[in-house]
Amino acid sequence: MVKRLVALALLAVFGLVFATLLTGYTPDAELNPTARYYAERTAADLGAANIVTAIIVTYRGLDTLGEVTVLFLAAAIVGLVLAEGAHGHQPGRRVRPPVGELLTTGTRFLVPMILLLGAYVFVNGHLTPGGGFQGGAIIASAVLLMLLADPLRHFSHRLISAIESLAGILYVAIGIAGLFLAGGFLDNRILPLGNLGELVSAGAIPLIYSLIGLKVGAEFSSMLASLSETEEL
Amino acid sequence: MVHVVMATGFLLILIGFYGALTNRNLLRMIVAFTVADTGVNVVIVSVGHLHGRTAPILDRAVAAADAVQRIIDPVPQALVLTAIVIGVGVTALMLAYAWRIYRQHRTLDIARLTALKG
Repeated sequence: MVKRLVALALLAVFGLVFATLLTGYTPDAELNPTARYYAERTAADLGAANIVTAIIVTYRGLDTLGEVTVLFLAAAIVGLVLAEGAHGHQPGRRVRPPVGELLTTGTRFLVPMILLLGAYVFVNGHLTPGGGFQGGAIIASAVLLMLLADPLRHFSHRLISAIESLAGILYVAIGIAGLFLAGGFLDNRILPLGNLGELVSAGAIPLIYSLIGLKVGAEFSSMLASLSETEEL
Repeated sequence: MVHVVMATGFLLILIGFYGALTNRNLLRMIVAFTVADTGVNVVIVSVGHLHGRTAPILDRAVAAADAVQRIIDPVPQALVLTAIVIGVGVTALMLAYAWRIYRQHRTLDIARLTALKG
């Protein structure tokens, strides 16, 4: 019980800090200088309609490359940690649990549509709310649905890692092309900017975000596949 | 209105901390951490909100010329997008390590994991 009291005391301190922050907070009436710069310059400089996408893919593109790398590392470590545990067990040992007709048929019906929605979300990342990370997560949700319908389904790790490394290499190659053809690493102006609000516009942003979508989808799928391949304990 | 959202975020953080501090089961602690994670994201997004403005997407409703007067701060949203994705990676890592711990010690109760006790 002492432990619980200590925890509650700690939470009370945190609560006090948060309450002070909350009561002292007054929302801004105007955009701060950074946000103002992005709001003013995005349309003219990058031609992207979605300013959040412009920040993630171009203005802070290097950070996004780092983020994708962190995600890759997380997926690789998950695969490593779980694969070591699965070592020495025959894959055919597990019995397939009954999943029901509804889930099986529903999966067959829904998976292509979910994949289509995922592709739509990341291809339109520069125009609508969404983008590579969201689209990739949607694609991985299709993989999750397939795993629910058939828990013993084996996904080809070779295919997943081929998609992932190809997308990653192309992403870096586009970034380096920006170094030579435009203003700097990951500059999107290596392709014509086009008209604001059209699908083929904003230079390399749709291309980069599609590659991120494929990469993130492959990473999340490999995490799900690794987690599902752990043997029963 | 912003204060309500922000208070919700802070409350989620506190609930997450409470769960992480009082639970002894690793899986419950991981769930608690994801709740706290969500709370942090809600707070950051609420900081970027400006009253009476709309999403930072230029279209027919928001022309590029008056975007400065019409949109909310896009930077916290970009930050939270990053935070959510990294959060997924961290959660997957925590789950993988929890599975390894269970496999080695046959327990998820942290009181019974004494390998690091001096």
